[in-house]
Amino acid sequence: MHWLRQVYNWLELRLQLQAPVEDAMLHPVPRNTASWWYVFGSAAFTLLMLQIVTGILLAIVYVPSGAHAWDSLNMLNHELPLGWFLRAMHGWGSNFMVAVVLIHMAQVFSFGAYKFPRELTWIVGVFLLLMTLGMAFTGQVLRFDQDSYWGLGIGASILSRVPLVGGPLVDLMLGGPIIAGATLSRFFALHVFVIPGILLVFVAMHVWMVLKLGINEWPMPGRPVKRATYLAEYHKLSHEDGFPFVPGAFWKDLIFSGAVLAAVAVCAAVLGPYGPSGTPDPSIIQTVPKPDFFFLWIYAILAYLPPSLETPFILIAPIVGIAILLALPFYAGEGEKSWHRRPVAILTLALVAVSFGVFTHLATFTPWSPVMDAWSSDTVPTKFLHNLSPVERQGAVIFQAKQCRNCHALGGVGGERGPALDDVATRLTEDQLIRQVLQGGGNMPAYGKNLSPPEVTALVKFLTTLHPPNQVPATNAAGPATAQLEPTSSQTDAAKQ
Amino acid sequence: MTDTVKEEQKTTHDDPSAVSRRWMLLKLGVLINAAVGVAVAVPVVRYLLGPIKRKGAYNSWISLGAIDQFPVGETRLATYENPYNHPWDGETAKTACWVRHIDASKFQVFAVNCAHLGCPVRWFPQSGLFMCPCHGGVYYADGSRASGPPERGMFEYQYKVAGNQLHISAGQMPTLATEARSVLPVLNNSKGYGPCTG
Repeated sequence: MHWLRQVYNWLELRLQLQAPVEDAMLHPVPRNTASWWYVFGSAAFTLLMLQIVTGILLAIVYVPSGAHAWDSLNMLNHELPLGWFLRAMHGWGSNFMVAVVLIHMAQVFSFGAYKFPRELTWIVGVFLLLMTLGMAFTGQVLRFDQDSYWGLGIGASILSRVPLVGGPLVDLMLGGPIIAGATLSRFFALHVFVIPGILLVFVAMHVWMVLKLGINEWPMPGRPVKRATYLAEYHKLSHEDGFPFVPGAFWKDLIFSGAVLAAVAVCAAVLGPYGPSGTPDPSIIQTVPKPDFFFLWIYAILAYLPPSLETPFILIAPIVGIAILLALPFYAGEGEKSWHRRPVAILTLALVAVSFGVFTHLATFTPWSPVMDAWSSDTVPTKFLHNLSPVERQGAVIFQAKQCRNCHALGGVGGERGPALDDVATRLTEDQLIRQVLQGGGNMPAYGKNLSPPEVTALVKFLTTLHPPNQVPATNAAGPATAQLEPTSSQTDAAKQ
Repeated sequence: MTDTVKEEQKTTHDDPSAVSRRWMLLKLGVLINAAVGVAVAVPVVRYLLGPIKRKGAYNSWISLGAIDQFPVGETRLATYENPYNHPWDGETAKTACWVRHIDASKFQVFAVNCAHLGCPVRWFPQSGLFMCPCHGGVYYADGSRASGPPERGMFEYQYKVAGNQLHISAGQMPTLATEARSVLPVLNNSKGYGPCTG
């Protein structure tokens, strides 16, 4: 092995890397930072490396052209050996990276690690999060399929709401008047050159500061951060109750990173690559576009905002949100780090996490959207058709034919845009049903122009049969009270039981 | 090797006037680079802003085909090649729109893009509604808003009937900023724009 040593010495004489690398590896860290809670940052870094390697491997085949991108992805999926696996690794790597970055951020927040002197590390971290999300979005665009195409349309529509410069911003984003080849080219440049370039510089700054300022010590209640004394305290802690970063703490980072890489590979091998879905042909409108997992929560919020609030909210809320994240270390740069003494911070984190989960969950089944084919694919359950008069049955036919089912479920099947109608007759009287059908209201279109009077009669007759056998239909409280006094046969049956 | 360099640095003693001259020259170097940088970079901003054009500048009149493809009283999907396109656009150069033939020479041509966030709306002739699959925007047959998150009706293209052909003024993705209309002189009819008989 003598020659190996010689090569090393030859290189070291010129590179002189040994001293700085030893410094970085052997710098003392507090013993209590060698925790499994401290492994997410390094895992995010490992995933970034994975994304770079798999990204380059994909880039040697992918064609960033509006006319050919989709075909080249299918070629990768079906013709090149293991092309599908690399696409899957890159796609799942992206999901894992966003997830790990978010977990890392939540951990850093709950451990108070953004406090003095690590404010700038946090701020750079906020930009790293934004760039990770930027990579996820531009990456979804490069998968140039229907979801990508209409996702760009949603992006352009949001930008168009910016006052005064909305139009020019859309032109700039699309690279022309429509979503087309020019749009893909610029998103390719963003995904492959611009964002990764900035990302790497910021990662270098982030890691540099972690090395220079030291890993955040395990937070202890009753040991608040004070600007005047913290540096000395940390120095004392890391030197008196510390050990070298390598191997003391680093072995856990290595094992976790390996486990994460293995998890990405298993997901990629078992679940396969993402799409591409249908060809990006704008004249095929039989599509239900949906963003990738980590943007589903935004998709849900956009559905729930009232129209009048929408533009101000989607333009102002992101700026306020980012401003709050950036201002955090200045507002709370000192004080308790322990979660035991920071109830508001921990509750806020829990609220954000629960909201994210709820909105994401809702967006997986989009209760706000009509089910476009419910009217033609889901029949009226037969239990609703027993003992109906001919006109009532005709009403059931109209109920399907007029697409009511796209928004209203029966027997648990159908759209959820409007209320389920299984027991609508217990809520609305016949007159109220007629009014609702003809005039709409409460988020329902008016059907007055699209239904003839006999159709309305039949439809409403059918709707008045929709009540459980043991419950009376709704009656007009202002009318004669006889209906209340004479129980229906079904009600007496129920009472006997 | 490093030691010799360090030794050199330690032993060099310049007189202060030489040092200040070097700093002055360095500043001059920075200044020259800044000047050249600005001179080169400013025109490049124009390159970057290239896609931005005046409102309506991307639009032109294009034919959707003979009017007898669009039966009176019905709403049909039509597809056209966007007038502003490149060979590498592929299928994305295509654009779809909904053509509603009201009577003889009265039409309405709607963008497929929902006025909420641009998703493609679908026409349901049975209920006479346009529905959007994304966030549940619904419009009536005449394009006016029926329900859901859109804050306005559907985007409408300007149209004219020339000979037997239905033409629309199009070219740009309609959004709340651009809508679908060009800034050509508006012709007078009940809606303020519409068939150009000339």
